[in-house]
Amino acid sequence: MLMFLARRLMTSVLVVLVSTVVMYVLVDIAIDPLEDLRTDTRPGAEDRIAARTAMLDLDSPVLLRYLDWLSGASRCLIGSCDLGRDWRTGTPTTELLSGAVTTTLQLVTVATLLAIVLGVFVGIVSALRQYSGFDYGLTFVSFVLYSLPTFWVAVLLKQFLAIKFNDFLADPQIAWWFHALVVLGTATVVMAAVGGSAARRLRVFGVAALVSLAVMLYVDLTDFLVTPGLGIVLVGVLGVGMAFGITALSTGLSDRRSLYASLTVAALGVALYYPVLYLWYYVDASWPIVLGLGLLAVLVGLGVGLAWGGPDRWTVARTAALTALPVAGLLFVDRLMSSWDNYVDHGLIRGRPISTASRRTPGFDSGFWLNTLDLFGHLLLPTLTLVLISFASYSRYSRASTLEVLGQDYIRTARAKGLTERTVIMRHAFRNALIPLASIVPVDIITLVGGAVITERIFNWRGMGWLFANYLDQNVIDPIMGYLLVIAILAVVANFVADLFYAVLDPRIRVAA
Amino acid sequence: MTVETPPSGIPEERSENAIELKDVAGLSQGQIIRRRFLRHRGAMAGLAVIALIALLAITSIGVGPVPGWWKHAPSDQNPLVNPQGTPTMGLPTWLGGDGLAFGDAPFGQDELGRDIFARTMQGTQTSLLVMIVVGSVSALLGMAVGALAGFYRGATDQVLMRLTDLIITFPLIVIGAVLGKMVGAAGPFILAVVLGAVSWTTLARLVRAEFLSLREREFVDAARVAGASDFRIIVKHMIPNAMGVVIVNTTLLMAAAVILEASLSYLGFGIQTGTSLGKMISDYEQAFNTRPWLFWWPGLFVIALALSINFVGDGLRDAFDPRQKKIPSARKMARAAGRMARQDAKATS
Repeated sequence: MLMFLARRLMTSVLVVLVSTVVMYVLVDIAIDPLEDLRTDTRPGAEDRIAARTAMLDLDSPVLLRYLDWLSGASRCLIGSCDLGRDWRTGTPTTELLSGAVTTTLQLVTVATLLAIVLGVFVGIVSALRQYSGFDYGLTFVSFVLYSLPTFWVAVLLKQFLAIKFNDFLADPQIAWWFHALVVLGTATVVMAAVGGSAARRLRVFGVAALVSLAVMLYVDLTDFLVTPGLGIVLVGVLGVGMAFGITALSTGLSDRRSLYASLTVAALGVALYYPVLYLWYYVDASWPIVLGLGLLAVLVGLGVGLAWGGPDRWTVARTAALTALPVAGLLFVDRLMSSWDNYVDHGLIRGRPISTASRRTPGFDSGFWLNTLDLFGHLLLPTLTLVLISFASYSRYSRASTLEVLGQDYIRTARAKGLTERTVIMRHAFRNALIPLASIVPVDIITLVGGAVITERIFNWRGMGWLFANYLDQNVIDPIMGYLLVIAILAVVANFVADLFYAVLDPRIRVAA
Repeated sequence: MTVETPPSGIPEERSENAIELKDVAGLSQGQIIRRRFLRHRGAMAGLAVIALIALLAITSIGVGPVPGWWKHAPSDQNPLVNPQGTPTMGLPTWLGGDGLAFGDAPFGQDELGRDIFARTMQGTQTSLLVMIVVGSVSALLGMAVGALAGFYRGATDQVLMRLTDLIITFPLIVIGAVLGKMVGAAGPFILAVVLGAVSWTTLARLVRAEFLSLREREFVDAARVAGASDFRIIVKHMIPNAMGVVIVNTTLLMAAAVILEASLSYLGFGIQTGTSLGKMISDYEQAFNTRPWLFWWPGLFVIALALSINFVGDGLRDAFDPRQKKIPSARKMARAAGRMARQDAKATS
């Protein structure tokens, strides 16, 4: 294992070195730092050209300049990085990069998580209903998503989800045909996903239509879009729904102890509704506190599960803990929504909560809840753009790997020995279907970090991609090289992590020393 | 409950896929693939759309010095037909339009009076050119690299695969942007060649994997015993057997190339002289509120091209992959079983 690690490290360093040499030369050929001076007709242009050539050392061979850059970069190993600077403003590259990395991570984390969860879920459902209308529909949708140019979609999203939606929020009047469309659409999709005999489909269609109609009416009658909020009743209803749903997936509804445990957790959530509101009234919220409370919720869930006990108490505890997290999330969302009014009416927002550009409203700082809403308002569109693209590939991957797994002998064995369909799917198929994904996800994240160039540029998020495109446009090499160095290192790390994941998850694969 | 024993006249074994085997009996592998492809509805629709778009783009404004049938050239500045340059194309009245019309500026005009139809057609020509050139260059390179690495293994394999790893280190759009900035001014053809030169990596890996298993097969030994050179074995015996992978992946890569070129041109690192659909979208983005037609048409053509190539690629994959069998719906299965039972009954009576 040590041998393997050492060899991996050696090749990785080599890859980073060689790729930076090649890219340095390529970027040097591609950019022209004198571009603005060449068209300069004022007197003394030649002196200025000479001065800049001297400043950037353009007369010496490119490889010498690379070595110069490398000697600065290699000092990162001893903790004092010198990756050069943007010569027009004098800002060091390290400073530019550190800001950009956090921005990009913020953007990419949410998008990736959403895309993975949605993509895997939809992909697996589609594999379970292979060759059904749902499957064909999903295939078609993913082809369309593959073929969409990001920049085109982003502009449309800006127009319709931000500008038009903000206009709409000023006076929310939903047309009746929109209700009909949403109700019928939801019901059709749910029906196709659940499948089954004609009678069952009809029943599912009816139930889904009624539920979505109820939701639409609730949104309409309570003016949810203007004054959103869940309230204790809705928290209770949703909590019980989650308890049933999660138990059904995790242990099956026939496991009464699990069901009761998660229902207890949901009841606890309702009971804590007002105490938590009081807590927020007296405590200044911050991310550590929120995350800590989330963790506490999981622990409480575990405790409740253990208290219900039974022969397999840890299974019960797992189900209860899994329920506790979304229930706690409901309380958080409810508190967040109650700040919506204040946010929308804020002087800097002026009734336009969905933003089209940049990461924060400049100069906006009004406490944790409003800042969080501000962040979400800015995250929405770029996240949606990134999710649209990644969703297609994740759903295809997970569909393919689920189909592969479903054809295996151990699935047949599991069915033959009389396990319920839920156990076969969740225990045997789902877990194994995730293995190939484990090797794709790290690489995919890196591609997103480096490749969110277009999204960041359109939404003016000053992240890594924006940095790269901007400085390439302005012919400044040092920030570009800083970006490429970070990307190369991340790519190497990602590949390593992917291999490691694979080896850990699949015992058939041995690390060759 | 009694179980009827089958009458003895029925043949004991009915192969599970008897219907399917009957379907392809007596056909060569190539014929089977062609047949499966031709029956793939999505692929056929995609092929038709590409052909139509190509025909429209080439004949309307012509190629090079050859003039087309459309009256305006892409860079001509004409007087505005409608105020603001709104499109003259009208929907039929039953669709809520002002009557079916094509007019002098069907896709509208921009603020300089340039005809958007002609410009979109020119951009489509660029996209088609990029698509074909990137596809051929990367197919050739990918095949060559993959074949050499898989056939010779050892040191050759190591060198070529490390080279592949090196290119994969960076996202394609990043390398593409640097290279595009370098050669974008030299026109779409050079840009496409350069983009093709860095997008062969996936194909090379797949071809290598294919070659690693092909080189152990008997027909390769047979060719070698018969005295064939390495080059002949690779080109005449092994590449035809790896063609499925090459064709499918090149097709999918062509769809990606269309989008890559549009994205690069949008960012300003792509085509700098002439028209590209991505560049049009970038130029006209700000005008979305006042002149939305400037923005819609180029985008729709990019999507139409990429989507139809993706469908063709999907059809090809289904045609080449013997594991991909379309399972008929339960209703069709029941009907087929019923038909067979009736035939059996007729045969025994």
